[in-house]
Amino acid sequence: MKKILAVLLAAVLVLALAACGGKPSDEAKDFKAGFIFLHDENSTYDLNFINAAKQACENLGVTPILKTNIDESNDCYEAAADLVDSGCGLVFADSFGHESFMIQAAKEFPDVQFCHATGTRAHTENLANYHNAFASIYEGRYLAGVAAGLKLNQMIEEGKITAEEAKIGYVGAWTYAEVISGYTSFYLGAKSICPTATMEVQFTGSWYDETAEKEAATLLINDKCVLISQHADSMGAPTACEKAGVPNISYNGSTVSACPNTFIVSSRIDWTPYMEYVIKAAMEGTEIDTDWTGTLATGSVALTDVNEAAAAPGTVEKIEEVKAGLEDGSIHVFDTAAFTKDGAKLDSYMADVDTDEAYTPDTEVIADGYFHESEYRSAPYFDLRIDGITLLNEKY
Amino acid sequence: MKKTVEKGAHEQLVQISKRAALPGWKSWVIRVLAVLASLIVCAVIIVLFTGDNPFAIYVTMIKGAVGTSRRIWSLLQGVAMLLCVSLAVTPAFKMRFWNIGAEGQVLMGGLATASCMILFGNKLPSYVLLPLVIVASIAAAAIWALIPAVFKAIWNTNETLFTLMMNYIAIQIVSYFTYIWSVPKGSGKIGVINPDTQAGWLPIIGKYNYLLNILIVAALTVAIYIYLRYSKHGYEIAVVGESENTAKYIGINVRKVIIRTMLLSGALCGVAGLLLVSGTDHTITRDTAGGRGFTAIMVSWLAKFNPLYMILTSLLLVFMQKGATEISTVFGLNDSFSDIITGIIIFFIIGSEFFINYSVRFRSRKGAEAK
Repeated sequence: MKKILAVLLAAVLVLALAACGGKPSDEAKDFKAGFIFLHDENSTYDLNFINAAKQACENLGVTPILKTNIDESNDCYEAAADLVDSGCGLVFADSFGHESFMIQAAKEFPDVQFCHATGTRAHTENLANYHNAFASIYEGRYLAGVAAGLKLNQMIEEGKITAEEAKIGYVGAWTYAEVISGYTSFYLGAKSICPTATMEVQFTGSWYDETAEKEAATLLINDKCVLISQHADSMGAPTACEKAGVPNISYNGSTVSACPNTFIVSSRIDWTPYMEYVIKAAMEGTEIDTDWTGTLATGSVALTDVNEAAAAPGTVEKIEEVKAGLEDGSIHVFDTAAFTKDGAKLDSYMADVDTDEAYTPDTEVIADGYFHESEYRSAPYFDLRIDGITLLNEKY
Repeated sequence: MKKTVEKGAHEQLVQISKRAALPGWKSWVIRVLAVLASLIVCAVIIVLFTGDNPFAIYVTMIKGAVGTSRRIWSLLQGVAMLLCVSLAVTPAFKMRFWNIGAEGQVLMGGLATASCMILFGNKLPSYVLLPLVIVASIAAAAIWALIPAVFKAIWNTNETLFTLMMNYIAIQIVSYFTYIWSVPKGSGKIGVINPDTQAGWLPIIGKYNYLLNILIVAALTVAIYIYLRYSKHGYEIAVVGESENTAKYIGINVRKVIIRTMLLSGALCGVAGLLLVSGTDHTITRDTAGGRGFTAIMVSWLAKFNPLYMILTSLLLVFMQKGATEISTVFGLNDSFSDIITGIIIFFIIGSEFFINYSVRFRSRKGAEAK
């Protein structure tokens, strides 16, 4: 009896599987692109990638396969291999911790292109089918910082705070270059408009921890920070700002619908141009850059609409003006004349561009009066602690 | 079934009474009916909230779990890892010691593994390193389990709270070390450890990445089954679980049994940590245990603490989880929706145990009118 049942069950399973396989595929949609995301739409960071992936695939008429909530573990390798099995000619992953596992998959499947955002190892791994990408988001953050500086000036003019009280609070995830480069460029943007601005940074030790981000923002607000920005991926900091009525410069995308009274502007990386570029290249079999840096010019560094309800008057115009300066090279974000470290101007700095376990500095990155960020590899390597920024907790 | 309730004003609307044990086939019929009922409820919810075809969704679930040979291997690996942690908590549960600290114990085992791989990876030959990794991971997790056991045995502290809190301490310790060893500095990610030398990695059998993990857990399953069922230790565990006073009366050293059993429980969690870090991920994060320490509780209970049944219950849970992931990929539904489906099915399965153990009768109409 049991045996018969087992055989019957197996037969049903086989039939069910056979029935759903072998659909005729649309010629135009022959190419499949696979995407791996650390979280799902609830994370502002991943949502930004998910939207770009869908947009790029729609523009090119290819079929996307999206895998969300993939841990930075062997699960990522499994997901990548499964996407290859499903016929993907390109596999993309969006989180820093996915990198080791993407490299593992890239070695195993040399005929498939693997692209990884925010990673640092493509230029030293020397694999023909493994690529890194990032964008010069420090320029976007600098522009967002300009909006912050204008808001601070407005508060000073209105007598809400004194010039010395122009203190910005910043919620950061971790203490490595990706975050340091981000908050420093944001601070320098604000300081270029409001010279008395200072900043405090509170780290959460996680890329996505809504409670910790909310607590960090609240701590900064209680510490008399009059404007908050963040580099972490939940809605924790923006909602804390809305509740406290403190202006917020967001990241990854607009948070205006949840924070109509406090959201000023958000910088974000628009990944659509990169995704279109790599999908096309994978389809046509052309080479993909080992290390690709998107810029203002490629449309990769973007700012959302300014929320006039919260921003200072003239913000839109000023941002346009500074943006033009960044594009024509008359303004450099990390101009060594604009910041000091331990009270001194820097003429030379060796950065750890080729990632290694000992963090060995290997590349001179200051030349022509500015720090050359994202030129020797796409992922940021600006990791200087400059004057004017206080790190409240460096345990992460 | 005999009538157990008197008629009258105090008659309850629903009468619940414990049944005599049902014959095996009958209880299985109830379980299968429960699963079918859950699938029907899920189908209604799927249609109402998404408009998708529920059958297509079920087929996708099956394909997601066993659609390709890679997925079958991945499924078996997932079952092995969950089963390993479930085996670990079972001896303690049988003793009525509610060890809900498996998550932390697995993490401590994993952390010990990762530490040896990082600190000694390029210094010791592999025939020294591998035994060291194994001993360290088992010892670390066993010690992590020993601490609440000693407190319970000597001062009768509440082991549920104690083991639960130990999880959070373990997570923080792992966070601390992932920061210390992160590459690049401050990123909080260790990345794959010794990718070139593969020092401290468990060997791979042939081309099958997970075969060793699966075989180890299979052997452990049989061993724990025999241990609990046929050994003197297993008997002592059962007696302590049923009644500590009886155990004392017949001369069982209860403290010793508690401590010994928790050491075993921890050691098995250490094996899980070892298999996850040295045999699978080759790195450690605070998510390495992945909630298995808690899911294992369900696996063990659903299987009534029988290691052989636990193969089935862990298979069920991992199957659902793998299938659910595929649903979100194919239908573009958020993972939470898959969780809802999984939750409903598990709810029905757990509920069916109630109907197997109890009979439920509704008050007759007549009785209601008489009131």
